[in-house]
Amino acid sequence: MYVAIVFLPALGALIAGTFRAQLGDRGSQLVTCGAMGLSMILGIVAFIDVALGGNTRTIELFDWISSGSMQASWALKFDTLTAVMVMVVTVVSTMVHVYSIGYMSHDPHKPRFMAYLSMFTFAMLMLVTADNLVQLFFGWEGVGLASYLLIGFWYHKPTANAAAIKAFVVNRVGDFGFALGIFGVYILFDTVSFDAIFAAAASKQEASITFLWWEANAITVLSILLFIGAMGKSAQLGLHTWLPDAMEGPTPVSALIHAATMVTAGVFMVARLSPLIEYSADALTVITFVGAATAFFAATVGLCQNDIKRVIAYSTCSQLGYMFFALGVSAYSAAIFHLMTHAFFKALLFLGAGSVIHAMSDEQDMRKMGGIWRKIPLTYSLMWIGSLALAGVPFFAGYYSKDLIIEAAFASGSAVGEFAFWMGITAAVLTAFYSWRLIIMTFHGKTRASDEVFSHVHESPKVMTIPLIVLAIGAIFSGWLGYDLFAGDARADFWGPALLVLEGHDTIEGAHHVPLWVKLCPIIAGVLGIGTAYWFYMLNPSIPGKLATTFRPIYLFLLNKWYFDELYDAVFVRPAMRIGRALWKGGDGAIIDGFGPDGISAVARVLAGRAGRLQTGYVYHYAFAMLIGVIGFVSWFVLV
Amino acid sequence: MANDWPLLSLVTFLPLVGAVFIMLTRGEDAVVARNARYVALWTSLITFVVSLLIWVNFDPTTADFQMVEKHAWIPESNISYHMGVDGISVFFVLLSTFLTPICILASWESVQTRVREYMIAFLVLETLMVGMFCALDILVFYFFFEGVLIPMFLIIGIWGGPRRVYAAFKFFLYTLAGSVLMLIAVLTMYFQTGTTDIPELMQAGFPAQLQTWLWLAFFASFAVKVPMWPVHTWLPDAHVEAPTAGSVILAGVLLKMGGYGFLRFSIPMFPDASEYFAPLVYTLSIVAIIYTSLVALAQEDMKKLIAYSSMAHMGFVTIGAFTLTTQGVEGSIFQMLSHGIVSAALFLIVGVVYDRIHSREITAYGGLVTRMPRYALVFMIFMLASVGLPGTSGFVGEFLVLMGAFKVSTWLATLAATGVILGAVYMLYLYRRVIFGTLDKESLKAILDLSPREIAVFAPLVILVFWMGIYPASFLDLMSASVDNLISNYKVALNASAVDVATR
Repeated sequence: MYVAIVFLPALGALIAGTFRAQLGDRGSQLVTCGAMGLSMILGIVAFIDVALGGNTRTIELFDWISSGSMQASWALKFDTLTAVMVMVVTVVSTMVHVYSIGYMSHDPHKPRFMAYLSMFTFAMLMLVTADNLVQLFFGWEGVGLASYLLIGFWYHKPTANAAAIKAFVVNRVGDFGFALGIFGVYILFDTVSFDAIFAAAASKQEASITFLWWEANAITVLSILLFIGAMGKSAQLGLHTWLPDAMEGPTPVSALIHAATMVTAGVFMVARLSPLIEYSADALTVITFVGAATAFFAATVGLCQNDIKRVIAYSTCSQLGYMFFALGVSAYSAAIFHLMTHAFFKALLFLGAGSVIHAMSDEQDMRKMGGIWRKIPLTYSLMWIGSLALAGVPFFAGYYSKDLIIEAAFASGSAVGEFAFWMGITAAVLTAFYSWRLIIMTFHGKTRASDEVFSHVHESPKVMTIPLIVLAIGAIFSGWLGYDLFAGDARADFWGPALLVLEGHDTIEGAHHVPLWVKLCPIIAGVLGIGTAYWFYMLNPSIPGKLATTFRPIYLFLLNKWYFDELYDAVFVRPAMRIGRALWKGGDGAIIDGFGPDGISAVARVLAGRAGRLQTGYVYHYAFAMLIGVIGFVSWFVLV
Repeated sequence: MANDWPLLSLVTFLPLVGAVFIMLTRGEDAVVARNARYVALWTSLITFVVSLLIWVNFDPTTADFQMVEKHAWIPESNISYHMGVDGISVFFVLLSTFLTPICILASWESVQTRVREYMIAFLVLETLMVGMFCALDILVFYFFFEGVLIPMFLIIGIWGGPRRVYAAFKFFLYTLAGSVLMLIAVLTMYFQTGTTDIPELMQAGFPAQLQTWLWLAFFASFAVKVPMWPVHTWLPDAHVEAPTAGSVILAGVLLKMGGYGFLRFSIPMFPDASEYFAPLVYTLSIVAIIYTSLVALAQEDMKKLIAYSSMAHMGFVTIGAFTLTTQGVEGSIFQMLSHGIVSAALFLIVGVVYDRIHSREITAYGGLVTRMPRYALVFMIFMLASVGLPGTSGFVGEFLVLMGAFKVSTWLATLAATGVILGAVYMLYLYRRVIFGTLDKESLKAILDLSPREIAVFAPLVILVFWMGIYPASFLDLMSASVDNLISNYKVALNASAVDVATR
């Protein structure tokens, strides 16, 4: 059963990909959705068995890489953390599979799309069930590949191709850190298997390592290297640039990969490694800081974007920041809790946005929308649910998880924890603001769409709305249902040994005892943000324009996403091309060949030419040469 | 029992028998060409099947040379015909016999002139390659090692592109320069020890001073073959001008001669010098990885791009070998095998479109996926293997090498790992320009997808890439005894000379 959960999607992908001609569109959709559905049912059963029943297990498949003491096998590890992830991944993935049947109905490459989606799910499941770092890396790069293929799904679009490469390469930069981290862990612990590493972690607390010129505590160095991998995958500040561009892919992809599952792999990884990272206060500080900064940064950029999907993308980036600073203050359980609720409401928002885009004849610019709420009431109300959950309005899913994170940051009592707390509150205001900006610009006011588009606006078919409703149920109830397990007294039993929180780090316990004003802050922030958006965009729509002109530099700074892309382009991309060309023409062409083979042959040719010129054929030339020679000889003998 | 057969000699000289057959065919040109193709294909296939017996009979528990054959050749000079394989060489033999039929099949239609001579050249080349990896006498080795150059030189010079003469000359000049020094070193070793037997030479224990010189002489030859920076500029030209199958063998097997040489000669015979020069090797390899990756990024010619990427990947090989850690050396051998498959496949991939459009310029293509979905898939698989995606063969080698490198120095591992990022950049960029985008060039409107023959060429390569990526144990297990033996002998030798210095 456990093996089937992971390999059913792979089987679906393989069948749909190989026999796409025989199966046709409908056949491949049935195969992939069927395999995925079965995997989901088994995934839920596994959750009940492993997480609720406490039957953790590891299933060894076969040997993978074994070289000396480096032993990595293909194995499926099921503990509570994995079971939670498996459930989230299979549920969201199944919904996205079904939704795609409707959303991609006009696309000529349906089998390929379905095969990629299933392949992604397989890689993601391999990632979360890994029992060693190398298999984790396999899943890690596997989801990256699927993401690359799906972002570039519409391969005739140059922007999509560029975005796909960018996603892969930026992730590679993160993986570079990740891989070095794996090597370091192996050197330190002489193993790459999680259980063995965690068992030995406490005894290596004091070990130190010299990495490049930096000599420091070994666990700190390794944790930070591994965290760089997480930053790449989860689009944290500095390595976030690929995520907004990834919106070039079809919307179901954005929902599944770039909101609900793949981008949360970094959060999963840090939580999985909590029994290691917990021993390094410095690494935790770094994680908290990066997470908090990302939460704030991405929220500010989200304020000014006009593409409906990019707003949600920056929102994702910001929410991932929340999860990371939760990890940083050792509130691992809160981070995974938010990961789960976020998966539901963010997938809902993306798929809802997809439904809008579908209705608007593929228009994504919110400036060309508006006034459509009466025409698509179901999508409209589902978007409300998603936004309420995102903004942390009481009793929706986000309320439970996000408040817990913010309170835990406060409860940690450290300076960086306080920084995270204030960043979190500020970002919460901004989140509520841009969410309602999105709702109002998209659905309300007088329409800015052309008459032709506007007259076509229609509610999506059932195959698209039913998955949305399922996700909406998750977005409403998952917080309330999960609170006791993830944050309440049951959490110690629920998690078992999957997460490690050292004595004195228990910020979730602390979160329950913070002052009242701290508990109220996130709610006030949400109301404040919604109110401002309502005032700006409903009551007094001239304000945003005036603000944009008055504070033009700030507006441009935000609109251009803090100029990260321009910076990277100038610092890395262009110089790499220029250096490459210079080395090729200058290094290889002029210097090495110039002094090497070409040079030698040129010299040989010149010498041969000179030697040839000596043979002029005139007797007096030869006579002269002989005379000089004789004089030379004679003087030599006389003088010596 | 097959053990009693001279299996290695059989595999070595079987292709030569085929070559003689082809030589004897007479008649109409078309008939001769047809016969030559079939004889060459069948000979190489049979050779491959026979060579599988080497794998079957190979005992992975011992580090000794196996299937040994030894006959006196020039007894008065103590030179003998000595063949045998161990865990380091066995897969190179198989790689050679595996790639030859693929090369012949790949040249089925693209070579139309002097088919008979072409096929003979390839079969002779196979004999020389296999013989080189089996040879256990340094003179026999030298004979094969240098002999390989001749058919290769002819393949480039006769069936190559427009600048083939320049390329062949450059190829020959570089490799010959290295070989001369190596010959001097071989003679020196012979006069020192009175033997040319490789296992005996490994035990000889040359004085440290002499080791330095001998190491440098061998290095000159192997570094050119790998090729290491800065003696690499023959490779892009040779690849660009060589016919597709020539590039396949060049990248697939001939580049491995350098790496194999380091593991067979430099490290076991000159351990002190190897330790002394390891930083030099690291430096040159790092420069090669970063330098050639950046250069690859700027290429406009597909074959040149892949040639430069080859050098970057071979940089990992040389690093891994000289880390002298289990992971590093096994990774290095594995990387050579993987690169042998992957780069060979990539050159075949270029060959497919070159046969159709007769251009290697990247800008001549674009949007091929619309007309050639199968081709796009195959290209994708090998691109990802080249990038080192886990689950493909490329990952295992790079990963193990970097792991070994990390043990030696974090600087080394970090700098080498930048090659992994750059590798992704240039390969994805290439793939995007060739395969993706809209197909709007007139010349490409009627281009055909892979033919059944081409699928037959790629299928075994695809299977192998996944096999090596998902279950590399089939390969790593056979190496481990020999690699452990190599490393422990190296350590013993270093300790011995350390004691030597201390007591002096």
